[in-house]
Amino acid sequence: MDINLTLIGQTIAMIVFVWFCMKFIWPPLIRAIDDRQRQIADGIAAGERGQQELAEARNGAEQVLQEARQKAVQVVDIAHRRSNELIGEAKQVAVAEGERLVTAARAEAGNETLRARDGLRRELAALVVAGTGRLLGREVDAKTHAALLDELATELGRQAPGNG
Amino acid sequence: MAEAGHSAGSYVAHHLQNLTVCRADGQWVWNHCAGNFQALNVDSMFFSILLGLVFLTLFRRVAVRATTGVPGRLQTAVEVIVGFVNQSVRETFHGKSELIAPLALTLFVWVFLMNMMDLIPVDWLPGAAGLIGVPYLKVVPTTDVNVTFGMSISVFILIVFYSIKVKGLGGFTRELTLQPFNHWLAIPFNLILEGVSLLAKPVSLSLRLFGNLYAGELIFILIGLLGLWQLPLHFLWAVFHLLIVTLQAFIFMMLTIVYLSLAHEGH
Repeated sequence: MDINLTLIGQTIAMIVFVWFCMKFIWPPLIRAIDDRQRQIADGIAAGERGQQELAEARNGAEQVLQEARQKAVQVVDIAHRRSNELIGEAKQVAVAEGERLVTAARAEAGNETLRARDGLRRELAALVVAGTGRLLGREVDAKTHAALLDELATELGRQAPGNG
Repeated sequence: MAEAGHSAGSYVAHHLQNLTVCRADGQWVWNHCAGNFQALNVDSMFFSILLGLVFLTLFRRVAVRATTGVPGRLQTAVEVIVGFVNQSVRETFHGKSELIAPLALTLFVWVFLMNMMDLIPVDWLPGAAGLIGVPYLKVVPTTDVNVTFGMSISVFILIVFYSIKVKGLGGFTRELTLQPFNHWLAIPFNLILEGVSLLAKPVSLSLRLFGNLYAGELIFILIGLLGLWQLPLHFLWAVFHLLIVTLQAFIFMMLTIVYLSLAHEGH
């Protein structure tokens, strides 16, 4: 319990230890800690920046995708419309063609009828002339009575329209 | 260890006796140095310096290999301590000083290590020393009032040094003489008041540490007298003492920082 030179010894030891710590221990340790803190802070900042960029890129991708989707819808729409138009046109063309064919057929049929009727009329006229000749006992001159025959044929044709 | 009666007293006294060497009558004398200022407590100095070197070696090794990358376990442990001390210093001391943080670190770890010697069972090291012919051995340096005073006096010198450095000799004198009553008639009164409060700092700093550790050590020694009962009691007291050991080291460091920060800032 006596106060003695140990006091001085301890003081000297402490001064030396503190000096050593101040020169050789504290600076490298605190520098390492500070550097690491800075590195970690930088790393966290970089991570946040990366995340932000990722989010932005995602947004951009989403936008591009949406545009593409819209465009696809438009394209499909246009294609639908165009195909409808084509089908319509084709229908019109087909209908017109059909009508034309029908008309042509009808006209042909009409002509044919007329021709047949004409033929029949002539034959009938000839028969009538022949019959009349026989009745009169002499030959009816076709040439002199041509006008009469023609009139007769016309009369027959008028009396029996549509009977073939 | 103990037999009975007065042998218990001598057991305790033996444990509280420093191994001392002194110069008397032109000769080196061991352990008969009572009242002689020119004596050295060899055991206190030995363990104090040994533990200081343990601290310096360990931390120096880590400091040399310190990497800013992923630290190893030892480096992490050291950095936890350094970071803790650094934070304590920054929270309390707002000036700029190259000295205070390393001083605080040294004091904290060193005092902590010296206090930790208290947890070694009280008979081991003195018993081993007895076997090789060393009669006395006190293994806890902080139970030696010389050691704690040695440290607090250094702190006191720093307080005075920084007070004068920061405020100038005039400022420091004014602080001692014109506070708390700013009148020339009150100068002697102020001087006594401020002088006592200034001197109380190193005294309380060292006596707090010494008292706590001395009492703890004494209780360990008393528990050591109890025969088989000492085992659970020693364990209990060691657990409790672990708290004191850490707390006292922390308080010593913290008060040093506070005193030095007061010296820098003034009232």
